Amino acid sequence: MWNLLLLSNQMQDKNQNRDFHHALTVHIEMCIGCTHCMAVCPTQAIRVKNGKAKISANRCVDCGECYKACPVEAIVVEQDDLKMIFKFPVRVILIPSVLIGQFPRKIMTSSIYNALKEIGFTHIFEVENTVDMVLEAGRQYMHEQKERPVISSYCPAIIRLIQVKYPSLISNIMKVNPPIDMTAMYYREKLKGSGIPEDQIGLFYATPCAAKIAAVKSPVGEIESAVTGVININFLYNQILKFLQRKYTESEPPETDNLLSSRGILWSLTRGEAIHSNGRALAIDGIKNVNEFLENIDNEKLDKIDFLELRACDESCAGGILLSGNRFLTVERLKNRAEEYRAREDDKDRKLKEGFLNISEHGFLGDIRPRPMDKLDEDISSALKKMERQRRIMCFLPGLDCAGCGAPDCQTLSEDIVLGNAQISDCIFMQQQMVKQNLLSQEQAFRITENIWGKERLEKNCNKLGAENENN
Amino acid sequence: MQFRHKIAGGDFTKAGNVASSVKKILRQLNIDHSVSKRVVIGLYEGEVNVVAHAFSGIIDVDIDEMRVKVIITDKGPGIADIEQAMEEGYSTATPQVREMGFGAGMGLSNMKKNSDSMKISSKIDEGTIVELITFIKPNAG
Repeated sequence: MWNLLLLSNQMQDKNQNRDFHHALTVHIEMCIGCTHCMAVCPTQAIRVKNGKAKISANRCVDCGECYKACPVEAIVVEQDDLKMIFKFPVRVILIPSVLIGQFPRKIMTSSIYNALKEIGFTHIFEVENTVDMVLEAGRQYMHEQKERPVISSYCPAIIRLIQVKYPSLISNIMKVNPPIDMTAMYYREKLKGSGIPEDQIGLFYATPCAAKIAAVKSPVGEIESAVTGVININFLYNQILKFLQRKYTESEPPETDNLLSSRGILWSLTRGEAIHSNGRALAIDGIKNVNEFLENIDNEKLDKIDFLELRACDESCAGGILLSGNRFLTVERLKNRAEEYRAREDDKDRKLKEGFLNISEHGFLGDIRPRPMDKLDEDISSALKKMERQRRIMCFLPGLDCAGCGAPDCQTLSEDIVLGNAQISDCIFMQQQMVKQNLLSQEQAFRITENIWGKERLEKNCNKLGAENENN
Repeated sequence: MQFRHKIAGGDFTKAGNVASSVKKILRQLNIDHSVSKRVVIGLYEGEVNVVAHAFSGIIDVDIDEMRVKVIITDKGPGIADIEQAMEEGYSTATPQVREMGFGAGMGLSNMKKNSDSMKISSKIDEGTIVELITFIKPNAG
C-alpha cells in the first residue's frame, strides 16, 4: 500500500516537472542585469542575482513580457531546428492566420504558400481550419457545463496564469482543445488515413509566441501533443521573404485544402471567440488587463458572465511576441481576408463534419492541475507564522519598490525572505540602517551589492546607453 | 493573525477592496479555495452593507489554523427587526442605492449561507455588529 502511494507520488512529481517546461530562457552572456524584464513580469517570476536575470520555473507562465522588454535580446525563445523537418518524408507546416497577416496585401497567399514549399514543406494547412469543430465542441461544453463563467482555453499563457495565480478558477476553464491541437490531430489522422505510415509524418507548427511552444512541449490537460515540432514565426518570416524576393519557376503548388472559414481567420484576434458566444461574453486582451480583471472582480459579478475570452497579448495573437509586423496592420489584413471569405462561403458547407475526428473523442481536454505560486507553506500554521513575519518585515522595508535588492518590489522581497530565498540585508536601505547601527560593516554591505548586481556593475563602463562611448 | 480595514459609508467605488485583499491573503495561506470563496463572498456582502447603509465601519479579519473570523462593526442606523432583515429579498435600501445594482435584499442571507456561524447584534441609531465564522477544512491539495 505504502509502496503504491510512493510510486504514485513519484509519478506525480514526474508529471509536475513536465508541466514546468518553459520556452523562455535567459542568455547569461548577453544579460546585463538591468531589471527591465523583472519590472514587467506579471507573476513576479524574475530576480537578479550576480548581475543576471533568473526566471523561476514555478512562476513563469511563458507570456513573453520579459522578451519584449529586454533591451539587449538576452531573453531567448527556444525552437526546433528547421533541419529537423527533413527527417520526415511528409512535412506538414501548420500556419496560424496571423502569419499571412505579416505581409502586405499585395503579396498573395498563394505566393506565401509557394515560399513555404520552397523552404521544404510538402503540405501546408492553416491552424484555424478546424475552428468550426472547436466551436461545436464549445457549444456542447457550454450546454453541459452549468458553472459560469466559462473561460476560454485558447491562450496557453492565460491557462498557466490561472494555474499559478487563480487556482480557484481552474474549474471554469473550458476543457475544449484549442485549434492547434484539434488541427494537428485532424491532419495526422487524415494523412494516416491516406496510407502514410505515422512515423513518416512530421507536423510542424509555426508559432507566434512562446506560450504555445511551452504548451506543445508540455501540454496541460492532454496526454501528448500531435505536433512534432515548433518553428518560430520570426525565423520563418525571414525565410519566406528570401523566397519571395527570388524569382523561381512555377512548380507544382503544395498540398493544401480549403477548410478555412471567415470565423477561423478571425479566431485568434480579440473577440474572435467571444463573438460566437450566446449570453454575456467579455473579451480581454493584454496580460496586465487580464490580471487586473481577475484580481479585482468579485465572485458575484463574475458569476453573471457566461464566457470570458482572455488573451495574454495586446490585440491577441496579432501581438504575438514572435511577430515582427505591426499588430494593427495585421488585424486589418485579417479582417479584409475574412471579408473576402465571407462573401463566398456557404454556412451549410462544413466539410469537417464527416472528417477524421469525432468531437467526443478528440475535442476535449483532460484535467488541468493547480500550481499555486502564492502559498507560503503547505501547512496553514507554518504559513500563518511566515505571513506574520512577512508583515513585520514590511514594517521596515521602505516601500519604494526600487528593485535594488534584486527582487521586483518590497512585498516580493519580504516573501522571498520568509521563504528563505533572500536576506533582509539585501535591501539597500536596510543596509544603510544596519551599517549605521554597526550590525553590518561597510565592506559586508558592499559585498552584498556585488553578489546581487555582479562585480562588473560597480566598475566604470562607458559603453552603456547614454555614457561617453555609448555606440562602441 | 489579525487585519483591520476601515470603510467609509457611501463610497461605492471602494466596495470590494477588503474582499480582494483578503482573497490574496487566503491564497498565500494555502487555504482551500472552496473555503476562501465563501469567506470572500461573506466579506463582500458585509462591505456593501456598510457602504450602502452605514456612516462608517471597521472590518476585523482574524485567521488561525481552525477558522476565519470576520467582525464587521458599523456606525449607522442599526437594524430594527433582524429576523425580517435576514429574509431573502427584504431590503431597506434607498431607490438610488438599488439603481446602482445594490440593495437586492440578499446580503445577510448570503452571508449566513457562506459562513458556518453568524451572529448579529444591533442598536437603533447606533450601529450593527456582524460576526462571521468560517471553518478551515483540511486542504485537499
